[in-house]
Amino acid sequence: MISEDIRRQYTVTIGIECHVQLKTKTKLFSGADNDAREAAPNTLVNHIDFGLPGALPVLNEKAVELASRAAFALGTEPQRFSKFDRKHYFYPDLPLGYQITQFYDPIIKDGEVTFTLDGEPKTVRIHEAHIEADAGKSTHPVGTDYSLVDLNRAGTPLLEIVSEADIHSPAEAKGYARELYLRMRYADVSDANLYYGNMRFDVNVSVSKTSELGKRTETKNLNSFRSVERAAEYEVERQIGLLEQGERIVQETRGWDDAGQKTFSQRSKEDSYEYRYMPDPDLPPVVLSDEYVADVAAAMPELPDAYRTKFSAMGLDAKTVEDVIADPGAAKLVGMVYDDAGPDTAKRVAFWLLRPQEDDETAAHEVEPTEVNTASQVKNLIALSHMVAENKLSSTAAKEVLDSMLKTGESPEAIAETKNLLQVSDEGAIAEIVAAVLAENPKAAGDVQNGEMKAIGFLVGQVMKQSQGKANPALATKLIKKQLGI
Amino acid sequence: MSWAPIATIADDVNAGRVKAIDLVEQALAAIEEHKDYQAIISTLADAARSQAKSIDEKVANGVNAGRLAGVPFIAKDNLLVMGVEATAASNILKGFVPPYQSTVINRLEAEGAICVAKANQDAFGHGASTENSDFFVTKNPHDKTRVPGGSSGGPAAAVVLEMAPFAIGTDTGGSIRQPASYVGCVGLRPTYGLTSRSGVVAMASSTDTIGPLAMTVEDLAYVFDVYAGKDELDSTTIGRDPAGYQLPAAAYQLPTARIGVIKEWMGEGLDDDVRESVEKAIADFKAAGAVVEEVSIPSLPLSLAVYYILIPAEVSSNLARHDGQRYQFSEQSGKDLFESYTLSRAKGFGREAKRRIMIGTYVLSSGYYDAYYKQAQTVRTKLINEFNDVLERYDFLIGPVAPNAAFKIGENADDPLKMYLVDMMTVAPALVGVPAISLPITPSSQTSMPIGLQVIAAQRRDRELLEFAAAAEEVVSHG
Repeated sequence: MISEDIRRQYTVTIGIECHVQLKTKTKLFSGADNDAREAAPNTLVNHIDFGLPGALPVLNEKAVELASRAAFALGTEPQRFSKFDRKHYFYPDLPLGYQITQFYDPIIKDGEVTFTLDGEPKTVRIHEAHIEADAGKSTHPVGTDYSLVDLNRAGTPLLEIVSEADIHSPAEAKGYARELYLRMRYADVSDANLYYGNMRFDVNVSVSKTSELGKRTETKNLNSFRSVERAAEYEVERQIGLLEQGERIVQETRGWDDAGQKTFSQRSKEDSYEYRYMPDPDLPPVVLSDEYVADVAAAMPELPDAYRTKFSAMGLDAKTVEDVIADPGAAKLVGMVYDDAGPDTAKRVAFWLLRPQEDDETAAHEVEPTEVNTASQVKNLIALSHMVAENKLSSTAAKEVLDSMLKTGESPEAIAETKNLLQVSDEGAIAEIVAAVLAENPKAAGDVQNGEMKAIGFLVGQVMKQSQGKANPALATKLIKKQLGI
Repeated sequence: MSWAPIATIADDVNAGRVKAIDLVEQALAAIEEHKDYQAIISTLADAARSQAKSIDEKVANGVNAGRLAGVPFIAKDNLLVMGVEATAASNILKGFVPPYQSTVINRLEAEGAICVAKANQDAFGHGASTENSDFFVTKNPHDKTRVPGGSSGGPAAAVVLEMAPFAIGTDTGGSIRQPASYVGCVGLRPTYGLTSRSGVVAMASSTDTIGPLAMTVEDLAYVFDVYAGKDELDSTTIGRDPAGYQLPAAAYQLPTARIGVIKEWMGEGLDDDVRESVEKAIADFKAAGAVVEEVSIPSLPLSLAVYYILIPAEVSSNLARHDGQRYQFSEQSGKDLFESYTLSRAKGFGREAKRRIMIGTYVLSSGYYDAYYKQAQTVRTKLINEFNDVLERYDFLIGPVAPNAAFKIGENADDPLKMYLVDMMTVAPALVGVPAISLPITPSSQTSMPIGLQVIAAQRRDRELLEFAAAAEEVVSHG
């Protein structure tokens, strides 16, 4: 461990490249299906993905639309002119011998992302973001003399977002990664499912005691916010450690060993590739009209910041706001409930839908996000909230109704009825139970009459028990007092 | 036996006067008869016969079998045709049978045309003589000791040898026009983008075009009309001329033509026999009443240098997919992945392909990109502007197709620079993207070999070019 004193002498500089998988139905340049999650190897491959002679790329316009949306989510507009280039290297999972990317004229330039870290706003500038085609997947089975190539992923559209080196701590790196994730989710650019590698982060870290930047290392292919933070932290410690011992940093690409929680050297920049970038003559430039850009802007979904403003106004604390926002489906519902039924109801719904955001484990092993299908869901949530407000349901019962309601879409009244969860507010019925309870517990009744109000809790509990939890506790208290004449 | 005009053949087949199967047999017999010219790489006898039978059945059932009903044709080997090897005359693609076929072939077949054979070429289109074929050299039909030109030497020779009424070739920097000139047929390089490159083994994507070769301009226009136009499988394609490309009933009036003779092509480096023939054609046009004037395109002398920077760059990139890992020739003796790549490519590619891969790799390398590739693109833009200027003042530009008539086999084989010089006049229209045609003109008194005249029009004026060429054919061809 490097001491705090020594560490404080160094400036940490971090830049992050993030690959976001665009949620298109088909691939970037071919009509093959883009959803490789459950498909058998090499079943989502056509002549273009396989790189047959004479096969030509045809740009998927949906990818351009999603990238345009991403531009707005990154605080800028898409470039009116962008084009594709070829980046050459040989590898068996790259059938063309080059990757089609945007090197000279990317679709996004000069964006900006602001988020809050420990209550303070933090801004990271976006240098550029470009569209590119993913390569296939290679696996090297242990103990064999062959490798396997699956081209299902070859040609999947990616948006690579390149930040400026504006990040100065591992915590900021994590915050930035999380903010990008949220924005891509909210802008509906990507499924952004980290478990399936829909977002991958490459973290460039350098440390320096002077105003001059130190040599940097790039740790590639991180797929969770936590690994972004830990890899950055590991690199900061490692690099300061080396410099303190008088050694130098080698500019290199590193990998992340999740089990060992450490980075390891992959290849040094000395044997880096010569990519021979060249404009792709098979693809005309992408030219976006002002009308097109205006249409994309008009159709932009609400972004996290809009929800932050709304939820803060509702009276939720910052931590809870972020917890709700972590699930875009939930945030959307809460937002709609707020618009229809006001802050109190929305606040109650917010707490119901909240998923504790321990770390990014929720995101890493993401369950299906809360579905936002119909206005009826909003109507049901409001109805459920009202039932609680009107004491028709206990808060425990409400949770049970909620689960079933989100699954089935049935109305809360129907569910509460079927599950027999409605609180009994019928005075006559509860009065009978109260009478019986008082008769069975003369001592406790006497205590209450003698002013020992603690005992009343016991009596209410007995009433609840006999009513199988359905009695409205407030009403039960009232009736006990009444029957005991106090 | 000679072929009737293509329109007549199709009419006869549709009317039941001629059987498609007989046409296919005629083509196959001619291919067999002239096999010593080595114009053909593979023959599609069975597939062609079965297509012919189904066309004959259609006609028997009273169904029109299309505008090219029963017309046999020959495709250059770099066009993908279902069910038959597409090697582009390269060892690395030997044995590759494509699971899809080119748009051009689809469109021709849809109108009843029948592909009977795949023709020889310089491997991947790299060359001007077919001597760079990885398999064999095609002989010039007029003199077996001479080359037929290239890279579409096989298709050009096949047409002259009457193996089929037309052939489909590709022109990247002269690969249709120059062999047409060397063997004495007509060949069209269309406006870039007017012909789909989908299913054609790529040479240089920014100048590859797919053009017809035939014995008359009328046949050329008739065939071109069938397949020219936009294709959703090739994003660089453009829409066709609404008036189509078939020759109109009324002939083009030569006296209305304003013709520019390209000065830079008539100077040094031009063989005397070619100069004599071109000057005779100029005189013929003047005699026919056309306005013929000398024009200058100052950047023209740079076009060969520009071409041999940009095209190898694209070639090196387009050939990267031939890595021995999937459908190509794959050397199995390599001890690791790196050797698998290097050995497969070293053995699979011929000398010229390797030469161009190396040049292309060099000019695209960081540190050289600006000096070569970018600089060449700048000059290309200048060239485009100069052509546009001149083509605003003149309807057509004329000049030689090549500085020489067909040369002897082996004559230039050891000197790649000398071989590149043969492309001197054909590369500029390719870089600019304008349509150009090669038209046989009166051979010189000094040689018995055919000589072609190059006629160039502005972009998208392919129809006007064909109309003019049909009229010109009457006055300049005294073969």
